[in-house]
Amino acid sequence: MSKTDELRATFFQESEDLLEQLTDGLDEMSGGEVDPETVNSVFRAVHSIKGGAGAFALDAVVRFAHRFENVLDALRNGELALNGNVLDVMMRSSDHLTVLLEAARDGSGDEEDAAGEPLLAELRALTGEEDDTPAEVDVDFTPMTLALDEFSGPAASELRFSVDFHPNDELYRSGNEAVFLLRELCALGEAEVDCDLSGLPEFDSLDPEQSVLKWHVALQTEASETALREVFEFVEGLCDLTITETAGDGTAELPPLPDLSGQSVTETTASEMEAVDAPAPSAAVNSSAPALSASPAAPDKKVAADSAKAQPVASTIRVDLHRIDRMINLVGELVINQAMLTQAVKRDGISQGSDIDVGLEELRTLTRQIQDSVMAIRAQPVKALFQRMSRIAREAGTDTGKTLRMLTEGASTEIDKTVIEKLADPLTHMIRNAVDHGLENAEDRISVGKSPEGTIRLSAAHLSGRVVIEIADDGAGINREKVRKIAEEKGLIAPDAQLTANDIDNLIFQPGFSTATTLTALSGRGVGMDVVKKSIQSLGGRVSIASDPGKGSTFSIVLPLTLAVLDGMVIEVGGQTVVVPISSIVETMRVPTDQVFQLGKNNAVVRIRGNYVPIVDVGAVMGYRPPVDITGSHVILLVETADGVRAALLIDLIHDQRQVVIKGLEENYGQVPGVAAATILGDGRIALILDPSAIVGSGAGGGAVLSTPIAAE
Amino acid sequence: MSEMNENDAEDVNELIAFRIAEQDFCFNIMSVREIRGWTPATVIPQAPPYVRGVINLRGAVVPIVDLAARLGLEVPEPNARNVIIITQIDGPIVGLLVDAVSDILSATDKEVQPTPDVAGTGAEFLSGIITREDRMIRLLNLGAILPEKTGAAA
Repeated sequence: MSKTDELRATFFQESEDLLEQLTDGLDEMSGGEVDPETVNSVFRAVHSIKGGAGAFALDAVVRFAHRFENVLDALRNGELALNGNVLDVMMRSSDHLTVLLEAARDGSGDEEDAAGEPLLAELRALTGEEDDTPAEVDVDFTPMTLALDEFSGPAASELRFSVDFHPNDELYRSGNEAVFLLRELCALGEAEVDCDLSGLPEFDSLDPEQSVLKWHVALQTEASETALREVFEFVEGLCDLTITETAGDGTAELPPLPDLSGQSVTETTASEMEAVDAPAPSAAVNSSAPALSASPAAPDKKVAADSAKAQPVASTIRVDLHRIDRMINLVGELVINQAMLTQAVKRDGISQGSDIDVGLEELRTLTRQIQDSVMAIRAQPVKALFQRMSRIAREAGTDTGKTLRMLTEGASTEIDKTVIEKLADPLTHMIRNAVDHGLENAEDRISVGKSPEGTIRLSAAHLSGRVVIEIADDGAGINREKVRKIAEEKGLIAPDAQLTANDIDNLIFQPGFSTATTLTALSGRGVGMDVVKKSIQSLGGRVSIASDPGKGSTFSIVLPLTLAVLDGMVIEVGGQTVVVPISSIVETMRVPTDQVFQLGKNNAVVRIRGNYVPIVDVGAVMGYRPPVDITGSHVILLVETADGVRAALLIDLIHDQRQVVIKGLEENYGQVPGVAAATILGDGRIALILDPSAIVGSGAGGGAVLSTPIAAE
Repeated sequence: MSEMNENDAEDVNELIAFRIAEQDFCFNIMSVREIRGWTPATVIPQAPPYVRGVINLRGAVVPIVDLAARLGLEVPEPNARNVIIITQIDGPIVGLLVDAVSDILSATDKEVQPTPDVAGTGAEFLSGIITREDRMIRLLNLGAILPEKTGAAA
């Protein structure tokens, strides 16, 4: 990877964070609470994206971000009042910015996109800008360096400022350059810059990384103090900054500051918020600002100071995923090693309660703790994912012409990063389905006495070592009659099948099932829920549905916390110890010999509560031993594959149920049919993890496997 | 650096020599990662007959190739006296099951004679022959021995 590519990758990574910040801010604004700091943080996010995009010549992004920024600027200057329309445009702009950045990242073209134009127009309309001047980076503060001294008369609103600027070490360390700041400051007007060398130590004791220079700038400008502070916006907390208004050259013309004229306003940098508020108390942002400007300033200042202090010290670090994976592997080793040690100690007959035994117990606890902590490093909050889903719901709402409200809960719930990545597609599908099929039209909703606005609730929570994600809509619920009819038509169920309501609801997970009577662009291509189910199962999770006619449906996804470990049942077959993922096992039982029937020459089926399920002899399929006669000493694992096919796996013995660390076989060997991966058992030996779908698919004796889509439970 | 070595050593290769079914074999020692005793391997279904299975090498899943079976020699049941040579060439780590490691040799490329053309001797796995103290030592072509990665066989 070249240096530029690396920087580019970093830019896109950071953009993701910034977009998150942006969405957060907008969400906060939509909650009604409008804190100037929120507006600022949103502005900063867009501004930073624009700056970065400019560096990589992503013109479409820059152009859009610039327009967006102008709106935000107007908003924070109080030129624009926040209302539902503004918020809606901003939400959509934020969505569009995400799309643009994604397109730029994937290299799918930097051209102007059709969807962007109307939005640009809307943004322009908000700021009242008529023309579409080509955007440039940093056109914000156009330097107007006229020889203003000679025209001091006409330049009525000109102010004099005294700026004391002392950068901290941290300012330089974070890649900022004082000279650029001073240059930008000078561009605001007539400036006289003095460098204070008094802090300069003797050459011998000079630390080149220490910041010793201070500057004093006397500035005569038309710009407000806010504009001055904006120059230092990005080094907030990284320098000591004092901006003092020295001589009021007609400050009376500036209405918001009548009683401040002549009086010097000295503040330290942290109170940027006041700086924003005081010179231009905006009716829009905070209508009670003029009256209250004195009292709320104190607590606000404190908050701002805190955030300014927290800003330069990064609370997160970026770590290469491979390093973490390596650490997880090593910790997995530690766990196995500790288990082996425990077994060895037990074998050697060391008495319980001895020092060694006690020490081992402590080691065990410590190892578990280390394992948990390492797993936690990989864990990320689902917030970013949820924000993306909110966007998808909004898009889907626009596309279907339904108004809806998207609520998210538990966005701080943490799941393994890989799980989050792989959740995006199935969740997108489910959200679209919920909007398209779940929610009714506004008219239909009104006719049954519901609010015309549909609600979709997306929530995440930890539940006994697993993660539960729910997608609930307040739509019509599942039309069971219709579902059953379709399933019968498509041959998914027998016409006389006895199905509970829940069974019928679960029919929508059947391959090839689609309730949509018309194909829409969003969903209804018949590849809906079965694909969702398959991808969730590939994550070791399960998905289920609960529907209440007239009140809506709730889809629940239960997922493991991580992909690095798996809940497995340790079994024995043909003298080999193997692991079967618990997620695929429906139930286990001794072979009910009187319920086993021969089917054809080599195949057998077992009747479980009236349903015939094919028996798959795992030992024979895996080649561990020739096919055996089924006896009562064997055990059956009733499994359900991702396709909804059920089969009875014939095994010899169930040992144990435990979490196992997943090890790939591909790295050194290759794929093995019927085997998903491997793991290492407590005795240090490798056990294969079966892939029930492949085993069932390969069938017993190569014979056709009967498909039993629905078996009553 | 590599140039220096080549000049200095004048193509001298360090080889690891070992025995399988009373025959001497060797290959370049640079491919060896470690040597360890035999531990029972976990059988892999539908693997070629010369793949004994997989073992746990400090957390990595490593397949074991029974060289005797691979070379078409007599295959006794492995015991604790057998040795596994863990090799790594271009990525995959593979263990080779042999009877015993006997020696480490140095040989120049000139000392390597071509394999005599005898049909059905597993000659396709040899890249030449070296003579040491009246013993004929077969130089193995590791690339030909290692199992091909079984792709999407499922």
